[in-house]
Amino acid sequence: MFHRFANPARFMALANILSPWLTVAATGLLVAGLYFGLLASPPDYQQGETVRIMYVHVPAAWMALFVYVALAGAGGAFLIWRHPLADVFAQAAAPLGAGFTAAALITGSLWGKPMWGTWWVWDARLTSMLILFLLYLGYIALANAFDNRERGARAAALLALVGVINVPIIKFSVDWWNTLHQPASVLKIDGPAIDPSMLLPLFLMAGGMKAYFLAVVILRMRARLLARRVRALRLAAVGG
Amino acid sequence: MKAKQKRLYLALGGLALLGLASALVLSAFEENLVFFFSPSDLQAKEVAPGQRLRLGGLVETGSVARATDGVGVSFRVTDGAASVRVTYDGILPDLFREGQGVVAEGTLVGGVFQAREVLAKHDENYMPPEVADALKRAGQWQGGAPAKGAAQ
Amino acid sequence: MGGYSAFVWPAYGVVALVMVGFWLAAWRDLRRHRDELAALEAAGLGRRRPAPDTAPNSAPRNTGEARP
Repeated sequence: MFHRFANPARFMALANILSPWLTVAATGLLVAGLYFGLLASPPDYQQGETVRIMYVHVPAAWMALFVYVALAGAGGAFLIWRHPLADVFAQAAAPLGAGFTAAALITGSLWGKPMWGTWWVWDARLTSMLILFLLYLGYIALANAFDNRERGARAAALLALVGVINVPIIKFSVDWWNTLHQPASVLKIDGPAIDPSMLLPLFLMAGGMKAYFLAVVILRMRARLLARRVRALRLAAVGG
Repeated sequence: MKAKQKRLYLALGGLALLGLASALVLSAFEENLVFFFSPSDLQAKEVAPGQRLRLGGLVETGSVARATDGVGVSFRVTDGAASVRVTYDGILPDLFREGQGVVAEGTLVGGVFQAREVLAKHDENYMPPEVADALKRAGQWQGGAPAKGAAQ
Repeated sequence: MGGYSAFVWPAYGVVALVMVGFWLAAWRDLRRHRDELAALEAAGLGRRRPAPDTAPNSAPRNTGEARP
């Protein structure tokens, strides 16, 4: 079953069916998320209107972690089964993950300044998130640093697997150590500590970003597969 | 040659980034993993005079006093077991409130913490003001709040 | 925005910039490579292995790419 879709042509056929649905889902969820996030939700009793930054900050941070886990999974699949499509996915996904991480860091900074009184502190949560961003940049640089595409892909896959240790550190940093960043609000044992009127835009934006990621990663994979074919044709033309 | 140079720079850049990442991890493990000490930690700890450190806890309800010149402020930071007096000259963050979390950076001088920077720390609860008021009216309020403080 | 518009709007702006930017760049790359491939095929390349169920002058099936 999995092997069937590891074939690029079959994958592209499936992707072409899914693409328009993902785009519609992403647009619908994000528009609804913006409506509830900016207009139809109350301010926070402590943080006032700045709570609206949460509806972009938290989903972006979730995506940053999700994409890195997917990158590590693809890295493992590439190292173990040598699926070429795993590498195509990873190369398409990594810049998106870096973008989400940068967005989470910048929106967090814009939230920290008015509420905490500082743009940045070196606490465990913020530092481990910055390390995630550096891991993404290192991953992209490493994947492109080799003559041989295969070797670059292997080295990058290894880095993705090693770096995945940072993901649980980020998640639990707020529980394991004293941090300025507050503890988890959504995934906690006694249920979310967020009012339902605020959970709605949060989940809408999170779902929208997930659908957006899948839609754009498919676009990027299609572009990479086409580029690969163009390269192969040109090489064949030169080689006779 | 050009492509080779580009790859060399990419490899060096990747290595530099990885080095920076590990250095940050290591320095974080050294001391920054504990972002602040609680008032109890501070009492148990040997603090060298003039040593800069961070103190974290809740602002004790009713302890905030502003100086007559309007610039200085003084308050007590508590963790329920111990409390430390903090003095500060500067702008407090918007979230600074009695009963709310706070992290101050500065030095301990004769049992008084002289802060150079005061940051507000908020908890994981988010709700509209009406819900907070309703909870308070119903007497189900728990945790750091502007009205009923957590300083027992 | 309760006096916080200088923080809330830039936060939404940054996220919009990242998301719209990646989306537009992905479409631009896809179009560019599709045109390159079409040009190569028009020049007679890439027709050496025509799929049996593909008309001779349509794009080869194994690119997985359908023209809009």
